[in-house]
Amino acid sequence: MSTVTASGSLPRYIAVRLMLVIPMMWVLLTMVFVLLRIAPGDPVSAAVGDKLSEDALDARRAALGLDRPLIVQYLDYLGDVCRLDFGTTISNGRPVLDIIANQGGATLTLTLGAFLFALVVGLPLGRLAGRRRDSALDAGIRIFGIVTYAAPIFWVGLMLVLFVVRFVPSWPTYDIATAETKYLVPDRTGILLLDAALDNDWVGVRDVLQHHVLPCFTLGLLICGVIIRLVRVNVIQSLKGDYVEAARARGIPERRVVRFHAFRNALVPVVTVIGLQFALTLSGAILTERTFNWPGLGTELVAYVTARDYVAVQGLVTFFAIAVVLVSLIVDIVNALIDPRVRY
Amino acid sequence: MARRVRTPRVFQTIWNTQGLARYLFLTGVLITGVFVVFALLAPWIAPYDFAQRSVDGVRFPKLAGASGEHLLGTNDQFYDIFSRVIWGARTALLVVGLSILLSAVVGVPLGIVSGYTGGWFDRITVFLMDALYSFPSLLLAIVFSFLLRNAIGGGILAAALSLTAIYIPQYFRVVRNTTVAAREATYVEAARAIGAPPVTVMRKYVFGNVVQSVPVIGTLNAADALGTLAALGFLGLGIQPTEASEWGYDLSRALDDVSAGVFAPAFWPGLAIIALITGLTLVGEGLNETLNPALRRRRLRPVVLTPREEA
Repeated sequence: MSTVTASGSLPRYIAVRLMLVIPMMWVLLTMVFVLLRIAPGDPVSAAVGDKLSEDALDARRAALGLDRPLIVQYLDYLGDVCRLDFGTTISNGRPVLDIIANQGGATLTLTLGAFLFALVVGLPLGRLAGRRRDSALDAGIRIFGIVTYAAPIFWVGLMLVLFVVRFVPSWPTYDIATAETKYLVPDRTGILLLDAALDNDWVGVRDVLQHHVLPCFTLGLLICGVIIRLVRVNVIQSLKGDYVEAARARGIPERRVVRFHAFRNALVPVVTVIGLQFALTLSGAILTERTFNWPGLGTELVAYVTARDYVAVQGLVTFFAIAVVLVSLIVDIVNALIDPRVRY
Repeated sequence: MARRVRTPRVFQTIWNTQGLARYLFLTGVLITGVFVVFALLAPWIAPYDFAQRSVDGVRFPKLAGASGEHLLGTNDQFYDIFSRVIWGARTALLVVGLSILLSAVVGVPLGIVSGYTGGWFDRITVFLMDALYSFPSLLLAIVFSFLLRNAIGGGILAAALSLTAIYIPQYFRVVRNTTVAAREATYVEAARAIGAPPVTVMRKYVFGNVVQSVPVIGTLNAADALGTLAALGFLGLGIQPTEASEWGYDLSRALDDVSAGVFAPAFWPGLAIIALITGLTLVGEGLNETLNPALRRRRLRPVVLTPREEA
């Protein structure tokens, strides 16, 4: 955070940054609470109103503590979140933490795979476009970047599925694994890929990886556009730097100048932007999961929204809010580690 | 509204801009224009109503290919795809326009008051707006549509309101920052010196000078809002199919068809989304590059000098 002006060492910066997490978290949690609890309508009757009698509904309300004053509910909510208790769903009585533990792994591997793809494709393309500025290649790469960013991610996913179904009919286009793999792999970590590997089930690993290709590619394209644009601009800027000119004057080959002198420095802001793109990635992941029928947190959230389950929605949204705060914290710390200018 | 910029002058400014920017802008205007025509004349352009499944008592075929009766075929709900795409333009522009207008109406005054008064009110609002901004926008839209569905159902107004909250912080940020700069300007000081109360200063002096960036943010947000609207529809949380034709909803219905290799129900609504997003983005970028003096590059025009009169 740029508001940290105190000059000083790295530990001091990290300490100040850690303390800023508390107000950020507090504001987001309060926002979630205000939005979901002060809104009109009664959570219990919205979720199960048509199934139970009025007395049973009252009992449910009392069990959830909804008959208490709002301020008590609010403090209770903050306390529960501090103890990592996100509540239990109204519609099917599942603890939200269980949902996160069971379904979070699928979302995690999807997002990580997408980032991996975006970096592997985006970094070289961005560097190439920056190095050959204003050439036809540059124009092509830039248009690719804009289109991948502008096209709705779910439509890109649908078109990919159409293509694959027509030309590679045997390739999996939905879900995280075949029913067989899911049945055979014992649950240990909640991350299917890791479980299969721990179980030495290499057929299963291959199956899970195959299922990952299309969703990760789709989500990766979205992130890739941002990375290309950013790396391109940064490479162009750092190629203008004095140290690049000095390197050239020393007779270092252009390839080496671009790769080791300009490109490295162009990477620093990429870390920041990856952090800023986390919110975009989360939105993209929700859509990708729906496109590929992926058993992740986005699918769960949409299902509970449709079921009008206030507690589940509040729990999941709270979890996402915490994730946003934590990622921004990690990004800031990593930034401070690699770029000494940040901490002064 | 403040003094409006006269249209001919804006047009001339755009025409005098150097290079590609002018053509990109005009392309954007053209694309957006086509969709505006679709939206306005939907009942006359579209052969059928958006919720029509039969004509003269004869049911439409399911998932039919393109034919004379159904230009782009029909989808799995027996709707005519071409008609749905045309009617979708009306829904999209209505929702997006409404949400952008609402968020500007909230965000701009809030930004002016916050930036002009400063102090603790400013600090708290900035902090809240930053928190709102850091939240994933789709998640925010999902939460709002979830809440609004219980209150006012799943119509056009509910969809527009769900999108409004996402864009308020953007207007707020820009307007607040320009207001903070304008507060120290000489003309504001002069206004205060002649005894203008704060409300008058904000309304008459600051407002006209800070709203200039609003149209640019507005069009760029419109492109983004269109994507979010379609995303909500795709998740099944947007406008209900009986209320209006919405491209995102049609795409969600096409999920199963795609696995079966049927392309029309997914392809056309998606293409409409991309075209309109691209059009709006080009208009926004074009406005930015032509109206923003910092980015603007004027092209060279031949100058004809009048012959000097002999003395």
